[in-house]
Amino acid sequence: MLREYKTVAEVAGPLMLVENVEGVTYQELTEIELPGGEMRRGQVLEVSGDTALVQVFEGASGINIHRAKVRFLGKGIELPVSRDILGRVFDGMGRPRDQGPNIIPEKRLDINGYPINPYARDYPSEFIQTGVSAIDGMNTMVRGQKLPIFSGAGLPHSRLAAQIARQAKVLGTEEKFAVVFAAMGITFEESEYFISDFRRTGAIERAVIFINLADDPAIERIATPRLALTAAEYLAFEQEMHVLVILTDLTNYAEALREISAARKEVPGRRGYPGYLYTDLSSIYERAGRIKGRKGSITQLPILTMPEDDKTHPIPDLTGYITEGQIIISRDLHRKGIYPPIDVLPSLSRLKDKGIGEGKTREDHADTMNQLYAAYARGKEAKELAAILGEAALTDIDKRFSQFSDEFEYRYVAQGEEQDRTIEETLDLGWELFKLLPRAELKRIRDEYLEKYLTSAGED
Amino acid sequence: MEIGRIIRVSGPLVVAENMPEARMYDMVRVSEAGLLGEIIEVRGDRASIQVYEETAGLGPGEPVYNTGLPLSVELGPGLIEAIFDGVQRPLDVVWKKAGDYITRGVEAEALDRERRWEFVPRVKEGDVVQAGDILGTVQETKPVEHRIMVPPDIAEGKVVEIFQGEATVVDTVARLETKEGIVELSMMQKWPVRKGRPYKEKLGPYVPLITGQRILDTLFPVAKGGTACIPGPFGSGKTVTQHQLAKWADAEIVVYIGCGERGNEMTDVLMEFPELLDPQTDEPLMKRTVLIANTSNMPVAAREASVYTGITIAEYFRDMGYSVALMADSTSRWAEALREISGRLEEMPGEEGYPAYLGSRVAEFYERAGRTICLGSEERDGALTVVGAVSPPGGDLSEPVTQATLRVVKVFWSLDAALAYRRHFPAINWLLSYSLYQENVDPYFREMLGEKWIEMRREAMRILQEEAELEEIVRLVGIDALSPRERLVLETAKSIREDFLHQNSFHDVDTYTSIEKQFRMMELILNFHRAALKVVEKGELDLDLDKLFVLPVRERIARAKYVAEEDLAELDDIDEEIKVQMGALSGEGGEEVA
Repeated sequence: MLREYKTVAEVAGPLMLVENVEGVTYQELTEIELPGGEMRRGQVLEVSGDTALVQVFEGASGINIHRAKVRFLGKGIELPVSRDILGRVFDGMGRPRDQGPNIIPEKRLDINGYPINPYARDYPSEFIQTGVSAIDGMNTMVRGQKLPIFSGAGLPHSRLAAQIARQAKVLGTEEKFAVVFAAMGITFEESEYFISDFRRTGAIERAVIFINLADDPAIERIATPRLALTAAEYLAFEQEMHVLVILTDLTNYAEALREISAARKEVPGRRGYPGYLYTDLSSIYERAGRIKGRKGSITQLPILTMPEDDKTHPIPDLTGYITEGQIIISRDLHRKGIYPPIDVLPSLSRLKDKGIGEGKTREDHADTMNQLYAAYARGKEAKELAAILGEAALTDIDKRFSQFSDEFEYRYVAQGEEQDRTIEETLDLGWELFKLLPRAELKRIRDEYLEKYLTSAGED
Repeated sequence: MEIGRIIRVSGPLVVAENMPEARMYDMVRVSEAGLLGEIIEVRGDRASIQVYEETAGLGPGEPVYNTGLPLSVELGPGLIEAIFDGVQRPLDVVWKKAGDYITRGVEAEALDRERRWEFVPRVKEGDVVQAGDILGTVQETKPVEHRIMVPPDIAEGKVVEIFQGEATVVDTVARLETKEGIVELSMMQKWPVRKGRPYKEKLGPYVPLITGQRILDTLFPVAKGGTACIPGPFGSGKTVTQHQLAKWADAEIVVYIGCGERGNEMTDVLMEFPELLDPQTDEPLMKRTVLIANTSNMPVAAREASVYTGITIAEYFRDMGYSVALMADSTSRWAEALREISGRLEEMPGEEGYPAYLGSRVAEFYERAGRTICLGSEERDGALTVVGAVSPPGGDLSEPVTQATLRVVKVFWSLDAALAYRRHFPAINWLLSYSLYQENVDPYFREMLGEKWIEMRREAMRILQEEAELEEIVRLVGIDALSPRERLVLETAKSIREDFLHQNSFHDVDTYTSIEKQFRMMELILNFHRAALKVVEKGELDLDLDKLFVLPVRERIARAKYVAEEDLAELDDIDEEIKVQMGALSGEGGEEVA
């Protein structure tokens, strides 16, 4: 029996207080019926005695406290899943948005999921080739990793994410692959960019898309990434697919969370974000990974725009504490016309060591990565020095490093949006750049590799 | 006992009424699903409960059962090599029962009730024993002898029966005649986690915990029984440093608490530790390790409990007379759990929303470390070292958790984002870090390595300090303004940084450096420095310092870190080469002067 109440006592912001209720449980899904027949959905945030505090996903505008009817559905928010979700577009609450039929569910899954037992996890170690040198060569991604893109307003993070979605593959395997895309509060144009790109490349056939646009209800965004990850878990761990989840933009998500928190008059943490922002974000990010004995995997590529490009802002900061590294997009490189403008130095993939080397990429990968990193860092330092004291103050060797860093940016980092470099091409490109430096300076590379690759590259 | 009724549910906090018997920190079972919770506030007959499991689906009217007991851990054979969650449920058992995800209401006993252990008695019938005395032992793993002790709450008793042979943790292994009558003892004791285990006396710490990490052992040692903290922004290497300590520290038992951190990191430990060998015992590291894993997405209240669960287990091994090292990664997540619960209780916040009692909770936790004379008649000496990672938001050390921690810990290993950015690992800043145990442990080092060690360390620090000052000058007016001696100091400082302090935790040899090798490595660098200084002061080379800096022996000094522990004689050879090459240079320089 569904219980229906007309006892809304208070509506404030996205929150609604319902009185004289019975048997309501925490996190229960609710339906709110407005006089015109419009239905909205909500979720119980708190129950206290006979009052329930409900967050309304579609916002509270137009709700009249005397006329609205509230039903408590006796369950949490669920996502109906079946294999047919592939190729479909849903809204931020999981309803079809593409004029297609409703999903005939094989089962319904609670969107909050459960934490993976650390004992059941399998350590991610399979190299994913994205075709982007700055990632494959320098910040290698592996299956089951959560690697966010830290970007800023006006930077081409979407293009990069779409390129990764297009090109990502694990070498030597023909396994089932899917993309789950969740848009939170992004513009129609941005979202359309992704969808048309998926259509163009045929990727849409193996994609599940959840869209909450900038003008869709903000509170709905709280549910969107969870719906997407529930779909991903179903595809990965029940349908044995390797799933790449793109979540954009987490900054909008965190703002929706802040809105709720402010409406509840909670004590704010940094910059007004709730104290539980870390815990809340981790309940999203930690849903990436691999499970022992199961074939599929979930790799996450969350995108967030850093307010004022500030890495210490709570959203990128807390994200960095949870995710396994970060890809940082640089405004300076973007201004120089370099695409993808990945700033290699502060970027990091924490799991790269497990995914590279012989049998995975190539034996020389670790050494050349360290050498490229060190040489680029030294070149950048030399350039900074030159900016203060003038080019003339540089020693000859510093001048060569400075030139190396330019070449590195323009040849290694920069590449075409449609250019899909194999890992061999990326590694060979590194060797090509090493020719700019005296051999004695290549201290981080083992002699055997110098013999093998530096000369062979030279002979070409 | 009265059955309580839920009246409010808000996240991990549940308020129940009709709980007149409620006592602070009693354990309760919430709803028919039996979710584990703990009473954290009592008002009239209302109790506020933090629930250690997901509360979705709970509502007013559901029952709350008070167990009348505080949150306790089970202590006995079976702890080593285990991985527990924040409330001591073994995750392997949970996995067998519930599958790959941690669902709700899974009950799992901390210690295996079926497994049989070989109990070897140490006392005989008629012996009079007191709290802390060892009744017998169990060889739990090859390196760890588990000592079964008389629980602290039994003051004295006479052994009327003692068992020998295989038994489970719940079988009676001894019967004591006490003032209160006959007491049956099994190999398992229980202890409430929020209460420190008693000891006879606390002692000052004087022995360094050798970690095999050069910057830590040489410059900022922590003493066995001491406390240290590692604050640092993300990506600066807190977790790698903690893992290195867990791997190589010369403690007999290691308790590692993954508190609100990444799931994959715990998996990493679980996969790696059984493979790595402890340099002290040559046995897999896992055979001395207890893991507590409460990852960031597991219930927040259990995260709060996890550090207490971990430290109580650590104290128990300390009581056996072991040197125990506890790593908590990260204490900031624990403090955040406190903040979240405090917020739900609508307490008046202190700084940044943290409860006003944050400082005292942090202090209480670290104060459970120490070197102690354990209970028992034999005056055993145990030590518990606590190392806590701190994750300051934005790397800002002025935030409340870092500040509360710095007020109590004696060693500060300051992770520096700029160093990490330059890929200098461990990214511990040598100018900001400190150890207040230096004087305590100096006598130990003096005895082991001689007075020279202490002088060398001071000299190295002086050079690093001078480097920082000289760099200021270089930045302003360029390197040409420096005298040859100053340029040499810069060069030696660079050598100390790159050839000594920099340590690659992923390199088979470099990951661990014995204290002898640390001594020899530092000696090489400083011998070179002194020899070079002589050359420079004679003024022989003032035009061409580079000749000094490119001597081939410098390459060998730089590679000394990769010399295996068995081949330390090779370092003598390098030392010899310094003299030869320096002599040649000196000779050459001399001729030029002539």
